Amino acid sequence: MTTQVSHPSTGQTQAHIANLTMMTVKPRSLWQDAWSRLIKNKASVIGMVVIVIFTLLAIFASVIAPHNPLQINSGKGFTPPMWIPVGPNGVPADPNFIFGTDTLGRDVLSRTLYGARVSMTVGFLPTFIIIFVGTIVGLFAGYRGGRIDNLLMRITDVVYAFPDLLFFIIVMVTLRQTPIGQMMNGLFLLFSALAVVNWVGFARIVRGQVLSLKEKEFVEAARCIGATDSRIMFRHLLPNSLGPVIILTAMSIPGMIITEAVLGYLGLGLIPSTNPKDFFITSWGASMLEGQTAINAQPWLLLLPAIAVSLVVLAFTFLGDGLRDALDPRLQGTQ
Amino acid sequence: MGKFLLRRMLWLIPVILVVSTITFVLMHAAPGGPWDRDLSARQVDPVTQKMLNEYYGLDKPLWRQFTAYLIGDTNSKGKFICGLICGNLGPSYRQRGLTIQQILFMPPEEKSIIYSRFGYSMRLGVYSLLFAILIGIPAGVLSALKQNTMTDYISLFIVTIGISVPNFVMAIFLIIIFASTLHMVNIVPRSWDEVSVWVLPAVILGFGTMARTARLTRASMLETMRQDYIRTARSKGLAERVVIVRHMIKNSLIPVVTMLGPALAGLVTGSFIIETMFGFPGMGRAYVTAIGQRDYSMIMGTTLIYAVLVALANVSVDMIYVFLDPRIRLE
Repeated sequence: MTTQVSHPSTGQTQAHIANLTMMTVKPRSLWQDAWSRLIKNKASVIGMVVIVIFTLLAIFASVIAPHNPLQINSGKGFTPPMWIPVGPNGVPADPNFIFGTDTLGRDVLSRTLYGARVSMTVGFLPTFIIIFVGTIVGLFAGYRGGRIDNLLMRITDVVYAFPDLLFFIIVMVTLRQTPIGQMMNGLFLLFSALAVVNWVGFARIVRGQVLSLKEKEFVEAARCIGATDSRIMFRHLLPNSLGPVIILTAMSIPGMIITEAVLGYLGLGLIPSTNPKDFFITSWGASMLEGQTAINAQPWLLLLPAIAVSLVVLAFTFLGDGLRDALDPRLQGTQ
Repeated sequence: MGKFLLRRMLWLIPVILVVSTITFVLMHAAPGGPWDRDLSARQVDPVTQKMLNEYYGLDKPLWRQFTAYLIGDTNSKGKFICGLICGNLGPSYRQRGLTIQQILFMPPEEKSIIYSRFGYSMRLGVYSLLFAILIGIPAGVLSALKQNTMTDYISLFIVTIGISVPNFVMAIFLIIIFASTLHMVNIVPRSWDEVSVWVLPAVILGFGTMARTARLTRASMLETMRQDYIRTARSKGLAERVVIVRHMIKNSLIPVVTMLGPALAGLVTGSFIIETMFGFPGMGRAYVTAIGQRDYSMIMGTTLIYAVLVALANVSVDMIYVFLDPRIRLE
């Protein structure tokens, strides 16, 4: 920790004393310390800003989008974006559609904005469930040991043996036609599949933390003054193992967003909706699938969703790297 | 060593069992059967469906179907058909008269196995791995030697993009640049016999692995550079080139080499989107087609092959490690 005791430039005793009192009054906690390290990292600040922007775009897509994403404009199909004056099939650019239109004349920009809803939801919603389940299981397995621990490790072996993406593909292919597969336009099934695979990673990392922490003196001290098991677990072990959990969260979100995009691109993700009342209309993966056949002549259909996916994924990666450096300075620069 | 190898190989059996059980259960939990067509198309009539079910043994109880898949069963003519333990992945429900292993491993007539679907995917995987090694390792070494210079920053920037951006998005960008805008390559070539058409898919597929290789090489180099034996080598007056090549690079490549097995498995199994994009005649595109056609036996068989490849690659890591680094002992 850096302690600034004196300012050589000013050299005034009063300021010196004020500084000292400031320091004794405001000790910085681990989290404040980590936060100040995090906001010094430019890449992660940019990452956070991008994530916030995309989250806002997702929430207010219906307000921001210049057009209804489902509105079919006949005769405006394959309108090129502003930087191409005339498209390959002779349709001129239209200032109403900055990023062009797809085969049915639907606005690419509006559809991409609505696509943010799917990706941001996939990034956040399953994560909460996964962290909750994973942390609790890991906590119990690490603390109690024995049978529950053995069971957890066997499940982990199985999950690691099964290639993730293949599991998602098979689940989506087989259960897509069932009522569960139709819930939330297919997103519910996707979330469940993501949760089934990903909670294991969190459980393992919390278990590992707890295994080493429970031998530490502060746990012994807590036990000596008569703290109950649940108090030790939730008040002492849990807060101390949160660092790695936060890092893993930021690291696994891009993976989930990519998974959704890949599945959408295979036609297995979100079921694109034609009902304007639906919250989820289309996803970036599905947009790229729709544009795939036109990649040679009308590449703008894929460009915007592809840029959007890349931006969001990069933003989470930068934030994850920053969090790792901030919460665990020993790891700085090793990766 | 032999005992360890055997134990790791035996570990494959539960992996295959678990993967096939999960896929089998999911396939049969799915509504609709393999004979269903799209609602718009002409449906298979019930009599034919019954015959097909009898022919493929789908009228038997589930547990018998499962044991038939794994071990084998007698068919309607009383002949014993061996299952998975003989390497038989069963018949395809969509491609008449072909078994899964024939679809995946049988080359067109009078050609070697490298012209089979598996062979094509394997070759693509090897080419992209070569690209990853030939670019990734020098890039990693260079950026470690010139740490915190412009070279390092540029390389780190490309590496971060390569690691984060999924390969099909990368493919879209590169196709738009090189095929749609510059017209340098054809996206779907007429034949795959020329070398030039392999370049773009191999580069796209290998980009992520290249980035990971570069990052790992850099990290490993930075660690090696601080070791005492490097200082010793320098202080006994060795030429800088010798110190770098013989002492630094040689020692920092150990973790990189161990990564290559899983990387190849990842490249072979992870190529289905790239293969589909380029109309590549490989295993991945066959898999995606099977998904579209709901060819259950094909999906199940290909998934199993993928899972075995990944598991084998993971076993290979431990073994390569032991050969390369005598300090590591297997319990």
